[in-house]
Amino acid sequence: MRHKTFLAFFAPTAIAMLLFIALPIISVIIQSVHTPHDQVFRIVENCGPFGCKEETTIDQDASAALKEAAPLGKFVGLDIYFDRGHLAISEVVQAWRESATFGEFRKKLGNLPFYRAMAFTLTYTFTVTPMLIILGFAIAIGANSLNKYLKGFVIFFSLLPMIVTPLIGSLILFWMIDSRGIIGTFIQWAAGDPDLSLKASTGLTWVMLIVYGIWSSAPFAFVVFYAGLQTLPSETLEAARIDGASRWQQIKYVTIPHLMPLVTFVALIQIMDNFRVFEPIVGFNAEAHATSLSWIIFNDLSGETQLLASAATTSVLTIICVAILLSPVLVRTWRDFNQKA
Amino acid sequence: MSSSVLNRQSTGLRIFSTGFIIIWLLMAAFPFLWTLWGSFKVELDFFSIADWTNAITGDRTIAVHGSAFTGAGYEGAWVQENFGRAFMNTAIVCVFVVCISLTLGTLGGYALSRSGYRYTFWLLMTALIFRAMPPITLVSGYLPPFFEYNVWGYLPTAIIVLVAINQPFTLWMLHSFFMKIPKDLDESAKVDGCTQFQAFRHVIIPVMWPGVITTGLFSFLLAYNDFAVTTMLLNKENQTMVPKIASFLGTTQTEGNVMFAVAAVVSATAPLFILVMFFQRQIVSGLTAGAVKG
Amino acid sequence: MVEVKSNLTADHQKINLAGMQGTPAEYTAAIVANSSIVALINEDVIRPLDDLVAKHGADLKKNQLITVDGKVMAVAFMANAQHLVARSDILEQIGVEAPTTYEEMLAAAKMIREQGILENPISGSYKAGWNLAQEFNNMYIGHGGEFFKPGTAEVSVNNEAGVAALEMMKALSEYMNPDFLTHDSNAAGAEWKAGNAALMNMWGSRAGAWNAEDGFPQDILDATMLGGPLTVGGGETPATTLWWDGWTVAKNISDEDAEATFIAMKNGISPAILDETTSKEAVWLIDGYEPTPAAAGVFATAASGAVPYPMLPYQGLLHTALGAELSDFMQGKESAEQALTDVEAAYTAAAKESGFLK
Repeated sequence: MRHKTFLAFFAPTAIAMLLFIALPIISVIIQSVHTPHDQVFRIVENCGPFGCKEETTIDQDASAALKEAAPLGKFVGLDIYFDRGHLAISEVVQAWRESATFGEFRKKLGNLPFYRAMAFTLTYTFTVTPMLIILGFAIAIGANSLNKYLKGFVIFFSLLPMIVTPLIGSLILFWMIDSRGIIGTFIQWAAGDPDLSLKASTGLTWVMLIVYGIWSSAPFAFVVFYAGLQTLPSETLEAARIDGASRWQQIKYVTIPHLMPLVTFVALIQIMDNFRVFEPIVGFNAEAHATSLSWIIFNDLSGETQLLASAATTSVLTIICVAILLSPVLVRTWRDFNQKA
Repeated sequence: MSSSVLNRQSTGLRIFSTGFIIIWLLMAAFPFLWTLWGSFKVELDFFSIADWTNAITGDRTIAVHGSAFTGAGYEGAWVQENFGRAFMNTAIVCVFVVCISLTLGTLGGYALSRSGYRYTFWLLMTALIFRAMPPITLVSGYLPPFFEYNVWGYLPTAIIVLVAINQPFTLWMLHSFFMKIPKDLDESAKVDGCTQFQAFRHVIIPVMWPGVITTGLFSFLLAYNDFAVTTMLLNKENQTMVPKIASFLGTTQTEGNVMFAVAAVVSATAPLFILVMFFQRQIVSGLTAGAVKG
Repeated sequence: MVEVKSNLTADHQKINLAGMQGTPAEYTAAIVANSSIVALINEDVIRPLDDLVAKHGADLKKNQLITVDGKVMAVAFMANAQHLVARSDILEQIGVEAPTTYEEMLAAAKMIREQGILENPISGSYKAGWNLAQEFNNMYIGHGGEFFKPGTAEVSVNNEAGVAALEMMKALSEYMNPDFLTHDSNAAGAEWKAGNAALMNMWGSRAGAWNAEDGFPQDILDATMLGGPLTVGGGETPATTLWWDGWTVAKNISDEDAEATFIAMKNGISPAILDETTSKEAVWLIDGYEPTPAAAGVFATAASGAVPYPMLPYQGLLHTALGAELSDFMQGKESAEQALTDVEAAYTAAAKESGFLK
């Protein structure tokens, strides 16, 4: 295809992405290396329904000229990237020096917001992604062996967890797993512990979030794998069967290799989505036990005073982390691409 | 067919496989059936803070409404809070997002699949990195310019933003799909004197529907389920269903009405049921045609 | 009225700032509270209303006017505060008066649990984040603490008052549902409705509105009494804060638009909106409002010498830092000192990013 024709076809989508994704990313990067100017304070008297009080306020006139000269704020380089709210370089170095054992160092690291969020985000991503792939695969195999009429029914219900908004899906489950809700009561009964509460312990909260993550994303993997099974060449299976392959061997040597490209696709999309985990944490009110990078951004933006620079920095760090996580897949795609070309 | 092979399995395996599917279906469907049942109760029964069996028997519901079922939640959401308006807004947003996404995505994805130059790889990679951006940051970046140009709060703004955010995924899916359509098809059309666009129109469009429908369903789900964009970019009149439901939940200092939210959740899920029932064949056949081969 | 009310419940508080920053501003008015007005003052997007008050505000009461440095910046129409809510029937059963201090609350909770009346007699909005931080603010003020070194943005909460405040919160949480870190005021209200709690520190706007609510169990409603605020650690100042809700007018709009907005907003809170129903729904500051029993708690709080939530440019940053860092202590994962050290470090990083500290 000639460059000009390519451009004609590609321009509309390119413009949409440039305007609404690329430009914001650039502005976020700029934002992450600037802070507001140093504020000048003034003591004033504030009055209201409950009387008067001396309080501090910002002297707008004093900083007006400064704002005029540099509207972006004060350039601070990578300072925000390295401060306590983000990579916390000096705190990490200090913790390393002061810790006698690795365990102690890890505990101190877990006290820093970025690393605490990272610990949950990575655990979540690397347990949910493989497990949802396995579960999705199992459902696809199971559903595929049913008869035609049951199949439609099974597909229909299997899709439910995926098609409901994460925020609402997690709210529904949050109501059910309360220690007096139906699932909560069932778990108490099963564990033989009438005081068990899933919401009060960090470990159980993590399990709950991970189970929710698998539950809500398995249908995606299921649909993709199920579709892949339809294109499974029957001759190969037939041949394997004639050679005396057991059912397990058929799956291992025929089905799984056939589905491998799909596994890559599902893993790619799901690693990215799971790394940005956010709604379940809000839906399950789990911020006391688990935070993620996206949640930190949300927290910075939702306070009475928004921390724009801090949120921007965490966003850039998120993109970098996703790029690192996906790099093996990217390298593979690059090789495939060169082979094809 | 592979199923004929798979059908010949031992009884033990069959029981295991069926049992597994039944357990999965329970897990997948139970929360929704429970919510549907609970939406006809009052709040205290639904949450059953006193005792979980209240949710089944509806003790408090009987005490308040004289019957174990009440439509009060639905009445509150639809009549008092005008949930129908949010329903219409969602319908508008979904239709436009799906149509525009697919138009842009098909053109772009087709071009990416037919150009052998190296930049297509980098374009695909860039799209992937774009998708890594947390939506919440994007949204907070939109606010100042949108207010500046007076386009904040309107449905078209939210539609364009959703289309743009969804482009990377759409491009990836459709690109892989077009890769499966043999290049000879449009090449031979071009040899016959068609321009690239004519070849696309007359040769490719007729065979691309399974993949487009699958991609369209994913776009639809994105628009239907979106919370981050719609809650921040739409004003109260133009709110879609998901932010509307969230607003029923109340804030720190004002009482929410949770049963309105529960009834609204059920109402918002019902169209999806119908949708899936109608389109499940397309979802599967679209995927079958290789739409998502990596 | 409709206008004012719908704005209150909408989740649009956080975009007020963006909405007022354009030229001309998209939002000509914003509903704020004493915490959220600060962000608008910090960015200089709201206008002084003195001339408009002089021209059109004859029927506004003096105490409705929020002044900063002598200039009217907002008009308040509602008051709110957290105060004691108790079950009179249960207190009667254990034979004690309604508590006036947190120490008495603990003692009463102990008796209720020991007599097997309720397992978790105390409730409250202790959800990690904004709510938990607010409870700390209350308790810290009750212990006579100052959040900042006077006249500066330098935080100082890691002190005796801070530790005592945290210890009291921990002691109270022993009598709460184990899920307390997930309970916001909605969940706390639901616990109350279900009859699972007998004592809590609750928003007046929430507890007052129960009277008007359909389906609220009548026996529990009848036994619910609204008390004043509680003191703690022998302190004079009650461990709570006073809040107002009001409206402001944008700066970046024409004077004509500002005047029209002012008149519209003022009509929204005119005495004419008060009737039997609306009087019960909130504690109005509007002229002609007759307090209903639902307002008893907020009035008692205002009369008790409670202080308003501070209107400082950097208070919001401290609130966020508290909300994020205190939950480890509440779970028993770290000491009170460590938690407060973390709060100070988190606040300092945020304040540097915002130009409040060098």
